[in-house]
Order: sequence, then structure tokens, then C-alpha cells
Amino acid sequence: MESKIILEHIEIPNIRQFEVYRQHGGYQSVEKALKTMTPDEVVNEVKLSGLRGRGGAGFPTGLKWSFIDKKSNKPHYLVCNADESEPGTFKDRYLMEHIPHRLIEGIICASYALEAHTAYIYVRGEYKYIVGILNEAIKACYQHHLLGKNILGTSYDLDVYVHCGAGAYICGEETALLESLEGKRGNPRLKPPFPAVKGLYESPTVVNNVETLANIGWIVQHGGERFSQIGIGKSTGTKLISACGHIHHPGVYEIELGLPVEEFIYSEAYCGGIRDGKELKAVVPGGSSVPILPKSLILKTAKGEPRLLSYESLADGGFESGSMLGSGGFIVYDEDDCIVRNTYNFSRFYHHESCGQCSPCREGTGWMDSVLYRIEHGEGRMKDIDLLVSISSHIEGNTICPLGDAAAWPVAAAIRHFRDEFEFHVNHPDIVRNVKHGSLLKYQKV
Amino acid sequence: MSDRHFYHKLYVKKNNPVAFTPETLERIDVIRSHYPADQQKSALIPILQIAQEEFGGSLNVDIMDYVANLLSITPIEVYEVATFYSQFYLEPQGKYVIEVCQTGPCAMCGGEDVMHYLEEKLHIKVGETTDDGLFSLKAVECLGACGSAPVMQINTEFYEYMNLEKIDEIIDQLRRESEMPKPENLTWKVRLS
Repeated sequence: MESKIILEHIEIPNIRQFEVYRQHGGYQSVEKALKTMTPDEVVNEVKLSGLRGRGGAGFPTGLKWSFIDKKSNKPHYLVCNADESEPGTFKDRYLMEHIPHRLIEGIICASYALEAHTAYIYVRGEYKYIVGILNEAIKACYQHHLLGKNILGTSYDLDVYVHCGAGAYICGEETALLESLEGKRGNPRLKPPFPAVKGLYESPTVVNNVETLANIGWIVQHGGERFSQIGIGKSTGTKLISACGHIHHPGVYEIELGLPVEEFIYSEAYCGGIRDGKELKAVVPGGSSVPILPKSLILKTAKGEPRLLSYESLADGGFESGSMLGSGGFIVYDEDDCIVRNTYNFSRFYHHESCGQCSPCREGTGWMDSVLYRIEHGEGRMKDIDLLVSISSHIEGNTICPLGDAAAWPVAAAIRHFRDEFEFHVNHPDIVRNVKHGSLLKYQKV
Repeated sequence: MSDRHFYHKLYVKKNNPVAFTPETLERIDVIRSHYPADQQKSALIPILQIAQEEFGGSLNVDIMDYVANLLSITPIEVYEVATFYSQFYLEPQGKYVIEVCQTGPCAMCGGEDVMHYLEEKLHIKVGETTDDGLFSLKAVECLGACGSAPVMQINTEFYEYMNLEKIDEIIDQLRRESEMPKPENLTWKVRLS
């Protein structure tokens, strides 16, 4: 196992405090970048590293940075997307809570690279206590001349502010986030123009996920090339995987990309296997939006090769037999979990969170929610199953932002791999109506 | 959901006087300084968070109009934001708003039971407030703590790994604490400025 990047030093007591973090090599990358490198050199190191966006889309970060419109006379902005709200994902919260300076170090290096003098961290409203932690960390940085005017005696100025949302999943989409940051409803914008040209306040803006930015300090410090040697193929570096569901050890793990899924699920170092001696049934490997895979396809690809935790391996087989790494929200289902109920649950979520701007998503998510409710509650009809497939195919690709796709994929995938469960629900309404779901006694933490 | 009908009733101006204290206004000025002088609307969501906390736990037209005036924007710009985000409440709430996560991983691990148990314990249905005005119960979507499911949130503080005994303890403790003022350092205005 390669050494950790983001969670290195996480075990050190009080690493949340500035002094402790600094003693363990913190902010050395800022010194290196500001004093010995030009902004373009920082961008080049990040390009060289092969780092890809950790928020879900996996777009190469260095490339994203290079799109920033340098000819414009407007100020540049860096916005950190800490609106983590994808069901199953809680890595950014863990990172910000335990090692907030890792993020701020990355933000300073990234802002320098982008020649931005203002950076915002957009934190979801539910993470109110994180706002306090981040503001404390930022305050310490101002006191130690790592933020503010003439950082570390150089001519570079940077202000970092924490901005708080108020409960809207859609604000995790980067243009919706920018709208929200401007004090508006979180309605995603039509692209192009992309934020790199017209972003916050119509100025060139880069929006990066928390985990993406947390990698930047290490890349600056140790070089992009060394980073690119970690991981596998085009999936370079490490990834925070937040594991939850019916496993022994739910939590956040930093893995080197390329770790076999089987090892991740069953090894004591990670999930520790399925709870209560049960069998693995299915996994949603990248947050609720990505297709669910049954046991046979999550452990091995359709070609019979071991499935790895990497962008490419999880996507192997397309949506027929693959999924996506997404945000790294790893949800594990055991043999007793009902896939229909779970799919209904996710559909309700997307129906609730649709911003209502595009008809296919606004209406489609509502219909999927209603039809799945009907099936789950023993009132389904056989043709409902194909109706769901039809609705999801009419949403996918027909909306301004990816929320429509995110709502459509889990439904289509659940029916693709677990059609028999949907049919069982339709054929046995009496059994379905009388099932008792969940028992707290069973799930108490030991 | 009867929200749609409620909003009509809500948009009645009562002309009750609304004003932040000078100390809160100072903090709001700090927050406003985070945004360019010509982009002060950016401070809207943080100010609404503070307003909701300071003015009794929910928003009404008088409060929203006051905030619009403060930021020199039109009232509709405030209404559309207040109705969009789920953390803004447009009807009166109990002192403690209990929000139980109902999404995927929490639901798998007993989130629905937490909700049913609270309904029984507090003698209210989801969406209602207890007669003594202490507790409101809400179903919410993913709170981002799936690894410690089931999870709930009370006035934006997290409560994780819930079970029935823990719920009993928490409710008892809140009942005891309900007379005490809220610690300053837990408020929006302190955390944001």
C-alpha cells in the first residue's frame, strides 16, 4: 500500500490545529509554490500528475485550470465545492472536520496557480459545525501570514471565505453552486459558456471539489510525476472512499486507485465484510447516482477480470455491466436488502431535489417516484417496469445539468440487474405489503 | 404536501417591526465584506440563516422584506431564495427542529424506525410541532453522514448512530435544557463571521 496523501497525519492528535499541522510539514508546498514557481509551473505540475476531479465527473484538473480565460480583465475566482450531498458520500465532511488545513493549503496553491485573489469555500448548510472549524483554520492562516496581503513576504495576496448553502442537493452542480453563491436559487446554467470563461460574477472561475484541492499541496511539494506513479493507468493518486451500508466497518478510507473491490469489501483494513454473517448482494460504488451492480459484476467485470477501484475498471462494460467511480460513495447491500425499496428511495430523493427548471427532470423524477411507490407498496402492474425504463430513457441526456441523468441511471440499472425483484413485487402484492422493513435493534452499533 | 396552499396564506404582510440588534448588524457587515461591493446579494443566504435563528426559528414576509431592504434588493429576490432552500422554514417551528434522514443508507440502517419512534414518542406526525412548541419533526434527504447511519440533526447539530435509547436520552436532555439560552458559539452569526 502506497503511503497516504490526504489522510497522512490524520492519526496525529490535534492535527486540526495550525501549529501541529505546520510541524508535520504543513504549508511547505505554499512556500515552494509562491517562492520558487510561477503560476504556470504549478498548473503544469497538476497536469503532469494526472489528477482528476474527485467530485464525481473525473475531469482532469490541470486541463480544467488551463481553460481559465487569461485575456479577460476581470478577477479570477477559485470556488471550492464543499456541497457534498450525494447519498453515500461523506468523505469531504471527514476531511474538513479532521484535517481542514490540508484543504486550505491546497486552496492557496490552486489560487496562486489560477492567479485568483479570492477563493470561496461553499459548504452545504447541513455542515454548519464545519463552517466553524474552517473559519478557525482560516483565521490561524491569516495570523501566520499564509493568507491576506503579501503571503509569506511575497507579492501574492489571497482572501479565503467560507460561504454556506441552505439545503439543496442541486447546488453541488458547479453552475448551480455559482448561482447560489450569488444569492440566487440554485438553478444550473446552460453551458457554454463554462465557468472558466464566465463563472462567478461573470468572471473566470474554477470550481473544484474539496478532495481534489486537498491533493494539490502534495503534488506541488513532491511533483506531478511522483503523483502520477501512484495508482493505475489514468487513475492516478489515491481516492477517499466513503463506505456505508451493511458492512462491519463503515467509514472513510484512503485507497490507492487500483485496489481490487473484493479486497476493499472483505479486508479487515477496510469494510471488514458483510454484517451479521450475511452475503453480499449488490454495491453502488460511487454515490447514489451511479448504476448499482450485483455481486457477480462488482467483484469481477463481465470479461471475468477482477474489478478494481479505478475510474476505468469500474466503468468497464459500459452501463450494460459496469458502473462509475463517481464521488466514491460506496454503498453495500446484503442479501436481505430490497432493491426495489432502495430504488424507490433514491427516486424520491431526486424528485425532491430536482430544481424544476427542465421538464424531463421535473416531471420524470415525479413519475418515477410515483410508479416506484406503487410497485413497492404492492400496487404495481407488470407494464410499470417497462414504463420506468421508458421514463428514465426520456430524462437521460435531455436536461441542462446531470441531475436528470443521475436520477435516471439508478432506476435503469436496478431494473437491468434486478428485474426479477420488480416482477416479484408485482406478482406478490400481499407479501410485499406485509414486509416489515428495518429494525433498529438489529442495526445498533456495537 | 400542502406547501403550495400555505404560501398564499404566508404572503400576508403583518407589518410587525423587525430589526437586527446592533451587534448582529456588525457581524452581518463582516459577512458582507466577504463579497464585492457590487455583489452584495451574495450575502443573502447567510443573512437569512441568521435572521431565521434570531427571529424565532422561521421566516415570514416581514422578516424577508426587512432583509431585502437591508441588501437593497427586491422582496421577490428574497422570497424565491427562501422558498427554494429546504433549510428555510416559512411556517412557525418548534424550538428544536428534529430532522431525520430518510435517504438510502440511513433508511437501510433504521432511519425509518427512528422516525416512527419519534412520532410515537412525541405524539406528532412528521411535519408537525408538539403542543408545547418544543419539537418539530421533519423528514429530510441525505445529511452526508451515511457511515454513521441512522442519523438525525437537531437545529443543525448532528446526532449519529441513533438507536431507541439514545433518542430517549436526547429528548430528555433537550427538555431539561429548553429553558437555557443557546450557546453563542453554536449560532450562525458567530460561525459565519
